Amino acid sequence: MANVVTRHKRKKTRMKIHGSDLAFDIINYTLLVLSFIITLYPILFVLSASISDPDAVSSGKMFLFPINPSLEGYKYVFMQKDIWVGYANTIFYTVLGTLINLAVTVPCAYALSRKNLAGRKYIMLLFIFTMYFNGGLIPSYLNANSLHLVDTRTIMLISGAVSVFNLIVARTFFENTIPEQLNEAAEIDGCGDFKTFTKIILPLSKPILVVLMLYYGVGHWNSYFNAMIYLKDHAKFPLQLILREILILSSFSSDIMTDSMSPEAMAALLEQQDTANMLKYSVIVVSTLPMMIIYPRLQKYFAKGVMIGSVKG
Amino acid sequence: MEKAINNRMLKKNKNKKLKKRIIKHWQLYVMILPAVIYLIIFKYKPMYGVIIAFKDFDMRAGIMGSTWVGFDNFSRLFSSYWFPIILKNTLTISLLSLVIGFPIPIILALMVNEIKNEKMKHTFQTVSYAPHFISIIVVCGMVTLFLNPSTGIINKFLNLLGMESVFFMQNSGMFKWVYVLSGIWQNVGWGAIIYFAALSGVDKSLIESAEIDGANRLQKIKYINFPVLIPTMTILFILRCGQLLGVGYEKVYLLQNATNISASEVISTYVYKMGLINSDFSFSTAVGLFNSIINAIILILANRISRKVGKSSLW
Repeated sequence: MANVVTRHKRKKTRMKIHGSDLAFDIINYTLLVLSFIITLYPILFVLSASISDPDAVSSGKMFLFPINPSLEGYKYVFMQKDIWVGYANTIFYTVLGTLINLAVTVPCAYALSRKNLAGRKYIMLLFIFTMYFNGGLIPSYLNANSLHLVDTRTIMLISGAVSVFNLIVARTFFENTIPEQLNEAAEIDGCGDFKTFTKIILPLSKPILVVLMLYYGVGHWNSYFNAMIYLKDHAKFPLQLILREILILSSFSSDIMTDSMSPEAMAALLEQQDTANMLKYSVIVVSTLPMMIIYPRLQKYFAKGVMIGSVKG
Repeated sequence: MEKAINNRMLKKNKNKKLKKRIIKHWQLYVMILPAVIYLIIFKYKPMYGVIIAFKDFDMRAGIMGSTWVGFDNFSRLFSSYWFPIILKNTLTISLLSLVIGFPIPIILALMVNEIKNEKMKHTFQTVSYAPHFISIIVVCGMVTLFLNPSTGIINKFLNLLGMESVFFMQNSGMFKWVYVLSGIWQNVGWGAIIYFAALSGVDKSLIESAEIDGANRLQKIKYINFPVLIPTMTILFILRCGQLLGVGYEKVYLLQNATNISASEVISTYVYKMGLINSDFSFSTAVGLFNSIINAIILILANRISRKVGKSSLW
């Protein structure tokens, strides 16, 4: 009898919970769907606008799906020589720059994770201090100038060689995932620290290497400010600076006009704001697509990276 | 006497041991060397360059050779026409992004955490990160395209609703909202990652026992999930406070134009223009230094308050 009563009671409370939970779910999912749309819509709009009839876009007839799709915009974008040069430069800066980042950051982070390193606390302080205080724009510029690095490709590759934040993430990874005994065992077997690092530690560090590669790589791909300050020669400009000219300053290079199209026709085309805007949408897609394709594949790694980094400072 | 000798011996021994340890692990020091050299050349050397804020810098004379002017550059800053404007704009923009931008990633993480279907959760997260991977130039380009008074999609929507087009980019009162809301669009998902990570550490048995005690969903969030996030929140909040005057030039600079300059000129864009465009090196460095010092003070204060009020702090 008592059993029946409690079962009855339990059923009742569960019903009650179920009722308020349903309301919660409805509100929660509505808000989530709304934020999903807000996040995704601008991206889809750009994608559709880049292949739509520019008149339809500017008159507001195109809201989501492309109207009269054509690849005209892309044709003009690919005629622009500046874009190709910018692309090549960005790929160069991203690949080589990231390799330099890794070559400097990873061994340093490993060494700092070792208790055998006498004075590591002080060395760490030397690094952390630069996170909160720096010389500022002008002294940094004058410094690069005195080293004869202004307007060179080198400054683009090494001006951010170590990010202290990434260094801390990597050091935390080594501290938490590489057991101290592994280092000791290697030492007993006669491994020097170099050998331990290259033969034993590195093969175990794939997750952190991918995380750093992503963080540094995205940074190089998207950065423009260093280039704007330090570079003067157009031939060294990364893609982002070219984009700035097209998207923000609205200036199209005369290069398009020299190639395969009569100058008058091109000028007339560019005079129409609609067409200029269509080119902008295509340019956005062309420059952003590589990132959009790569990042979902690496997603599980950067979630992990944040978790490693958030353990402690 | 004997004790002192003993102590000295011990110290000597310790020094010897330390030396031995350093020699034995010299390879570790080689590993940190490139990073330390980079730090000295590109971080610490420019810090020394800060003294030109107190000089009348002359390229030919160099940092050492230029004449001292004391606090002249600072008094010029404090009495300048732009000073109150850039200070107000910087504070308005950064406080607004802090007040609106700080809680939203937390709310988002708590909401996404309530999605039961793993596949849906995953899809939602992937989409929410996407804007973070779009470069700031492209985001600003999209903003100007979307807000264009005659062709922009946002004004088309407003027209559909029977409203007049708004000149967002030309209206100085709108600037802060354009800046803050586009920033939220770009960074909310990414900002929520760290909270997702913290929530994945919530003890499942706690949730179960709360269920048995009859807690509803909101109560579970309030009493179990939310408290788990508090330490992370505190640290991130202190860090954000330390950057209060550091509104990045990257985005402000791209969004500003001649018509909204009265609301969009901030300390960092001013430093850039005075320094690299007008070549007023000493003055610009003084402005930058003023900025860093205030930031450092706010950071220290925020840390002290949070150590007193809560339990977590940066140091």
